[in-house]
Amino acid sequence: MFEVRHIDKTYSPGTVQETCLFRDFSLAIEPHSFVAVVGSNGSGKTSLLNILCGSIDVDQGTILMNGEDITRMKDYKRYRKIGRVYQNPALGTCPTMTILENLSMADNKGKRFNLTGGVNKKRIEAYKEMLLPLGLGLEDKLSVPVGMLSGGQRQTLALLMATMTPLDFLILDEHTAALDPKTAELVMALTDRIVREKQLTTLMVTHNLRHAVEYGDRVLMMHQGNIVLDKGGEEKKNLKVEDLLGLFNTISIECGN
Amino acid sequence: MLLSILEQGLIYGILALGLLITYRILDFPDLTVDSSFPLGAAVSAVLTVRGMAPVWTLFFAVLAGCLAGLITGLIHVKCHVRDLLSGIITMTGLYSINLNIAGKANVPLFGGDTLFKNPFTRAFPAFLAPYATLLIILVITLIAKLLLDWFLSTKAGFLLRAAGDNPSVVTTLAQDQGRVKILGLMIANALVALSGAVMCQQQRYFDISMGTGAMVIGLASVIIGTNIFRSLRFMRSTTMALIGSVLYKASVAIALQLGLDASFMKLITAVLFLIILVISQFRPKKVRLHV
Repeated sequence: MFEVRHIDKTYSPGTVQETCLFRDFSLAIEPHSFVAVVGSNGSGKTSLLNILCGSIDVDQGTILMNGEDITRMKDYKRYRKIGRVYQNPALGTCPTMTILENLSMADNKGKRFNLTGGVNKKRIEAYKEMLLPLGLGLEDKLSVPVGMLSGGQRQTLALLMATMTPLDFLILDEHTAALDPKTAELVMALTDRIVREKQLTTLMVTHNLRHAVEYGDRVLMMHQGNIVLDKGGEEKKNLKVEDLLGLFNTISIECGN
Repeated sequence: MLLSILEQGLIYGILALGLLITYRILDFPDLTVDSSFPLGAAVSAVLTVRGMAPVWTLFFAVLAGCLAGLITGLIHVKCHVRDLLSGIITMTGLYSINLNIAGKANVPLFGGDTLFKNPFTRAFPAFLAPYATLLIILVITLIAKLLLDWFLSTKAGFLLRAAGDNPSVVTTLAQDQGRVKILGLMIANALVALSGAVMCQQQRYFDISMGTGAMVIGLASVIIGTNIFRSLRFMRSTTMALIGSVLYKASVAIALQLGLDASFMKLITAVLFLIILVISQFRPKKVRLHV
């Protein structure tokens, strides 16, 4: 369960650029649900993710993770239970380190980073088995630096790394936006499989309305720091991409776009 | 001359190992180096004069270097001061500390035993005696290099490399990237102080200004080494830095040999560094810039 209660957030307070994004904003994400968030640029989607993960602070309100108040908890401590994949494939992996080294590090999340060997040779077969079904040929490139891989390969690896260890939450920040359509479908299908297998509580921000409708158990549309549409359960089952697009256009016209 | 190039090159090689961590791995322009180098020298010189066995003074020099790195790290991470400024603050403050540790601006080690002139080295067979200094330096440098190689292959070492490569990965691994940076700075400055201590033992005096330009020397070595051998995937970057350091010392020696006065030493250091920087820019960018 992930929850924000009555949060306020103002950017650049006291300056001419002062913008109030959230005012008395609340949202609860049920355990094991896959929530897709859509909305125009500047609607507060990514800010919401950053607030949950602790990358930015809130001015008012509380953030709860499994009932525990984490409003003042440092970002890195929150990641003990959260996995995150960014829009930019470069953000989820270390470019000068090899695939094996990257996977080994991710595999060690939640344990101590002490003076024992960085690579556990016994796990190499397991990594290969994990990479093989992706069909990207990564299993033969374990000693290649990740910086040499394509964006799609890196993003797939980032997704695997983010979800290797036991987690409760998965935060996806437009993680297919920088990929070509075919790779985007592949990464999305893999995401869905991992989320279902591990029963992760997932919050996915996306600009792809079809992905939102197809994969989300619950679909939210945000606009100027508010939730303007929230469909879950039966309502979600009847939701069509056209409905979302219609609402999207109405909002955009109001804004003068 | 070859002997002196190798000796000096390998001593500065330890310094280059330190800069490999801050500059190459952590991507942190750490100016603490210019003061932690003489810090190590001051500690080693004073303890030697007080009668401690020279080899033990190296441990205290390393410890002092750790502290210097810790201070820069705390200023940067806890006080949120920019990396360059954090180093400058520590560097400036350490100047006074160094002066107070040494008691005066210049401490000679004449007379007593040093790391290179003691009962142990006097026992060397005659044909080895001229190389005693080089051999001891080689052993110390190799120990430092192998320890660093080992550390970089551990889980903690992976985290250090990740912190420079992509700090957001460290955070999402639920680790505090600030702590990793501080650890890196401590190891780096420990190596730098060790280099200063060995240098002080070799030239048999401590001088307060011996650290001026240390960062430039170390950086130049790292850049030479990693650029020349960049295509050799099997070669470790620590090896590259050590060879780079020897090559750099050789080029300074050649410049002096060409008739330049020794008073131009720092100018030669700076100009050579500039030339190396400019040449290295013509090479294709390294992997991390694919980001």
